[in-house]
Amino acid sequence: MKSVVSLSGASLKFGQRTLWEDLDLDIRPGEFFAVLGPNGSGKTSFLKVLLGLQKLHAGQAILGGRPVERGSRLIGYIPQQKSFPADTPMRARDIVGLGVDGHRWGLRLSAAKTNRRIDELLEVVGATEYAKVPVGQLSGGEQQRLRVAQALATDPQVLLCDEPLLSLDLHHQQAVSALINKQCREQDSAVVFVTHEINPVIDYVDRVLYLAGGRFKVGTPEDVMTTEVLSDLYESNVEVIRANGRIVVVGLPDATTHHHTHDHELAREVA
Amino acid sequence: MDVDSILGAIFSFDNYGELLVLVQNSLWAGAILGLLGGLVGTFVMKRDLAFAVHGISELSFAGAAFALLVGADVVFGSLIGSVAAALLLGLMGVRARDKNSIIGVIMPFGLGLGILFLSLYQGRAANKFGLLTGQIVSVDTVQLQVLAGTAVAVIAVLLAIWRPLNFASLDAEVAEARGVPVRTLGVVFMVLLGVSVALSIQVVGALLVLALLITPAAAAMRVTSSPVATVVLSVVFAVTATVGGILLALGGRIPISPYVTTLSFLIYVVCRVVGSLRLRQGANGRVLKASLQP
Ligand SMILES: Nc1ncnc2c1ncn2[C@@H]1O[C@H](COP(=O)(O)OP(=O)(O)O)[C@@H](O)[C@H]1O
Ligand SMILES: [Mg+2]
Repeated sequence: MKSVVSLSGASLKFGQRTLWEDLDLDIRPGEFFAVLGPNGSGKTSFLKVLLGLQKLHAGQAILGGRPVERGSRLIGYIPQQKSFPADTPMRARDIVGLGVDGHRWGLRLSAAKTNRRIDELLEVVGATEYAKVPVGQLSGGEQQRLRVAQALATDPQVLLCDEPLLSLDLHHQQAVSALINKQCREQDSAVVFVTHEINPVIDYVDRVLYLAGGRFKVGTPEDVMTTEVLSDLYESNVEVIRANGRIVVVGLPDATTHHHTHDHELAREVA
Repeated sequence: MDVDSILGAIFSFDNYGELLVLVQNSLWAGAILGLLGGLVGTFVMKRDLAFAVHGISELSFAGAAFALLVGADVVFGSLIGSVAAALLLGLMGVRARDKNSIIGVIMPFGLGLGILFLSLYQGRAANKFGLLTGQIVSVDTVQLQVLAGTAVAVIAVLLAIWRPLNFASLDAEVAEARGVPVRTLGVVFMVLLGVSVALSIQVVGALLVLALLITPAAAAMRVTSSPVATVVLSVVFAVTATVGGILLALGGRIPISPYVTTLSFLIYVVCRVVGSLRLRQGANGRVLKASLQP
């Protein structure tokens, strides 16, 4: 099958610092592609490249058959968590509405049809209850579900998600992951899912791009999430343990910024 | 001056019927500017441009003062000044903090220039004062037509870019990802804003433009979060302030602007009180699950 996202010989550098170099990659429709790596390894920058907002140092990025431009109608985007200001003059449903027809010119004329679509999307992410609440009065997790609904609104061919599970409780982490997976399988959207925590999506991930220390590794989770590969990437002794279908990485060089276990994650959230 | 004569200067309704006929054009002008201010104002609020409006109006004032000095058309002068300022801000001030400091630099410069031009000007003092405090006592038919035509053009463009501008104003990052031309829209809106400021200055003057372009929209946002209701209320408030202000000002000897700004202010205060009462009750539109189930 033809790829929707494709990088060839792609390198990204900021000044002297190389984030990744010589990256060749093809992402197919209906593929769930996870991007992993510690903080500052260039995961968000990777998405910015696909969004056309970050120039490559070398190489080429193709999206939907054409070199990337500043944004695209083909894209659904869930940005890295940032909350709406308290006095944002919008209700929850209006945020979702932006995803449905915010990119179109003129005024919304087909209100009934749009409203039906908005109601559907709100239902899907479990936000019906607070549909009419001003968005600034919602919790981080509630806002995040709206962003998911907003990104799914037009059945995008490419769904770019930047740590979409942050600030969600376990139940909603599972619900949102399952939802994005459904979009991927049923609508054939290519999903690029940036996360520092693979376990919530471990059952869905087809391939992984692991970024660390200016280098990368692409492959299935079985191939990449191994003691040998990660030790090589981090250039130190890292141990990967698999238990109950989950992956635990032990001995990361910078353990304070990079967790692979739920338990660590929860502990940090509680702290 | 005793209280009676002060009141007489502020409110007087002698010969009201005859006066009303005379100011028909002004009333129309007021209504048009109210409509424009109410519409543009909602985006000024969403884009956090209140301070920019102030800066633009100061440069618009400088432009008008220059036109007055050299005997050119004052409206044209103010238009040049405000569009130039708006474009400058639109092209330069990408980040909010940077934008605010640029405005802070431009504002006193514009006001200073304006004062310079006015002090060089030898004509009627009333003309000078009018630039700062507004002067639609006698709008003639041609002026009204130009005003209406310009306002219609601004509103037409605004309606054409309504949805993407809204998206870009509320969530620039996601809008840009979706292919919305965020930066271009920002510049286009600044031009619309510049023109609106120049038009509004004719009624309320350079110092009080905020009362038309910000207060009504800010008041509306105190009482509703629904985008449609925000726009409708904002327009209603702005038109009430301008038309109401002109009607109240008819008999008195005072410029129109204090009436307009006071009405506008009162509306805002009422909305603020209503809004905070509602916030205190905690009723924010959440429907409990139990009542959703049939
Ligand atoms: N425009 C930029 N100029 C210089 N450095 C940048 C720029 N954007 C990002 N960086 C740097 O690149 C690194 C990767 O950033 P980012 O992609 O946000 O990391 P991640 O999302 O993996 O945590 C960071 O160290 C960041 O400081
Ligand atoms: Mg990031």
